[in-house]
Amino acid sequence: MTYAIECRQLTRTWPGNPPVEAVKGIDLQVEQGICFGVLGPNGAGKTTTIEICEGLQTATSGEALILGMSWQTDADRIRQQIGISLQETRLSEKLTVLETLTLFRSFFHAGLDPVAVIDRVSLREKMHARIKTLSGGQKQRVAVATALVGNPQLLFLDEPTTGLDPQSRRDLWRVITDFREGGGTVLLTTHYMDEAERLCDRVAIFDRGRILAIDSPQNLIRGLGAEHVVAFTVTGSQQPAEDFGAGLPGVIAVRLESHQRCLSVREPHIAIPALLDLINRSGMQLSSLTTRQATLEDVFVHFAGHGLNEVTEGNVR
Amino acid sequence: MSSGAMNHPLLQLFITRFREFIRTPEAVFWSYVFPLVMMLSLGLAFRSDSVEPVSVCVEAGAAGDPAVQTLQSNPRFLVFRGNPEQCRQMLRSGKAELVLTVEGSGSEPLYHYQLDQTRPGSVGARDAVNDALQRAAGRVDRVGTRDSAVTEAGSRYIDFLIPGLIGMGLMGGGVWGVGYAIVDMRIRQVLKRLLGTPMKKHHFVAAMMASRMVFMIPEIIVILILSRLIFNVVSHGGYVLIAVIVLLGAFQFASIGLIIASRARTLEAVAGLMNLTMVPMWIGSGIFFSAERFPALVQPVIRLLPLTPVISALRQVMQEGAGVVTILPDLGLMAAWLVVTFVVALKIFRWD
Repeated sequence: MTYAIECRQLTRTWPGNPPVEAVKGIDLQVEQGICFGVLGPNGAGKTTTIEICEGLQTATSGEALILGMSWQTDADRIRQQIGISLQETRLSEKLTVLETLTLFRSFFHAGLDPVAVIDRVSLREKMHARIKTLSGGQKQRVAVATALVGNPQLLFLDEPTTGLDPQSRRDLWRVITDFREGGGTVLLTTHYMDEAERLCDRVAIFDRGRILAIDSPQNLIRGLGAEHVVAFTVTGSQQPAEDFGAGLPGVIAVRLESHQRCLSVREPHIAIPALLDLINRSGMQLSSLTTRQATLEDVFVHFAGHGLNEVTEGNVR
Repeated sequence: MSSGAMNHPLLQLFITRFREFIRTPEAVFWSYVFPLVMMLSLGLAFRSDSVEPVSVCVEAGAAGDPAVQTLQSNPRFLVFRGNPEQCRQMLRSGKAELVLTVEGSGSEPLYHYQLDQTRPGSVGARDAVNDALQRAAGRVDRVGTRDSAVTEAGSRYIDFLIPGLIGMGLMGGGVWGVGYAIVDMRIRQVLKRLLGTPMKKHHFVAAMMASRMVFMIPEIIVILILSRLIFNVVSHGGYVLIAVIVLLGAFQFASIGLIIASRARTLEAVAGLMNLTMVPMWIGSGIFFSAERFPALVQPVIRLLPLTPVISALRQVMQEGAGVVTILPDLGLMAAWLVVTFVVALKIFRWD
């Protein structure tokens, strides 16, 4: 079976002094028919990678095969079979939804009826409204509709839900799920871990131009060896040490997360009594304690050694 | 509703540009109204209906009375009276071209003229006033004269101006219309989004230029009709030839707009480049006055500016009734500009 996307040793370096390596050698295979998530903080190389796959940027070295075809020789055929939604496109405000989709439809040999696509993104009542009058979530759905109207096999969505309200996010999630259930392949970048867990069959975790891990969200979480997180805060005359709690039975890892301490644990019912005992013996008072399931966020921290929303080297958020 | 031809990408891109244009009322207003305001104001300011009267200030005093009577009986003269200080003040401010003081006595007067020798109006006024007074005093012409009036349409300033304004409209419309729209689309990442579709790049560019041309046609027609109705400007050459020049000119300037916008990433950058391109043509290509007034040294440069052949061809056709052979060099120059800028623009065009 040909992969929907296959990247081999992809690099992208921006000339400069010193040169900026946005992508530092990426190998990636995306099977057809799945939703593949590219996760990582801003500046991790997600957009550069996806734009090389979309044919909008060229790789410094390595190559990206799309549906088994190369951008060098088959650019036109690839473009007929992919649909893209850029991180930020402001479509012409003066056109209506239908006019916009009719325009995009005209570029494809075998696209869909624009009205049917408008139905798929639930904008039937806004069909004749100018783009200017739409909300942010509606505009984003039009952008995704322009990607769908060519009836693509492969859909690229670069941060489709960034900045949207919860309802708009759910609306878009449904559009993406429908497309995938119809047999299409989706490549999606996001920095929302819940979005990736919810939508993606597989995810690649990007940081600083490299892939740290690729697997299904469940496997990645399971791979931590600790599916639970115990988060607590303490007060007392002296501050607890950096690795406070390490070595307790069932505790796999310890980290400080802004104002609270997080223990990755295998079995909470063993770890929590041991933790409470340690706090007592150290003469401190427990001020809060919560437990939760580990998420992709914890996976990211585990691999990257820093949080998703922390400033990474050379990248100010 | 969706027939095959309607869904051709070239037509869809063209319709899109057309919709964007007509849904921007300010763009429509400026591209149609501005050239008309220009035509009306300049046409009225430089109208050549009648000759202005010669204004002369005669210094107060009984000795001047006969001269004043003589001059007032002739409608060519506008006569003021005043003391020496008032008269000189009128001369300085340009209200009077000439100051006349009658010296001497009743039967032996001496006409003393005060004038600025560097002012053509003053020199002419002195001769006209002196001529009238000498004849009144009995001077007789020795040789007969005969004047015949020539008021031929095609030789007035407005006849000169209209082709210039058409050329200016073509330039502004093409350069602004295409250049601004493209940079705006680049900023909004629409160009990048289109690059991600199978759209043919030459379809996009062709639609951009064709739409510009279609917006241009009504503007030129309105100018031609109004200049005919208001100022009686007629073309001595064929209107088909005018249409050929206008179409080629519109394409030429759309292509120049394309090359100006081919790499700019901000509206400020593209506005600067547009002004840099257009100012030499506003000054040099002879919109308002003949480009031949510039020194011979710069004539080759002026000749090569893209606007010069447009205006030159239009003037030769409209004012002199030239045929296609006469303006062939101009058409050739325009075609050369069109092809060169188009090819280079496509080559260096930046989509993101």
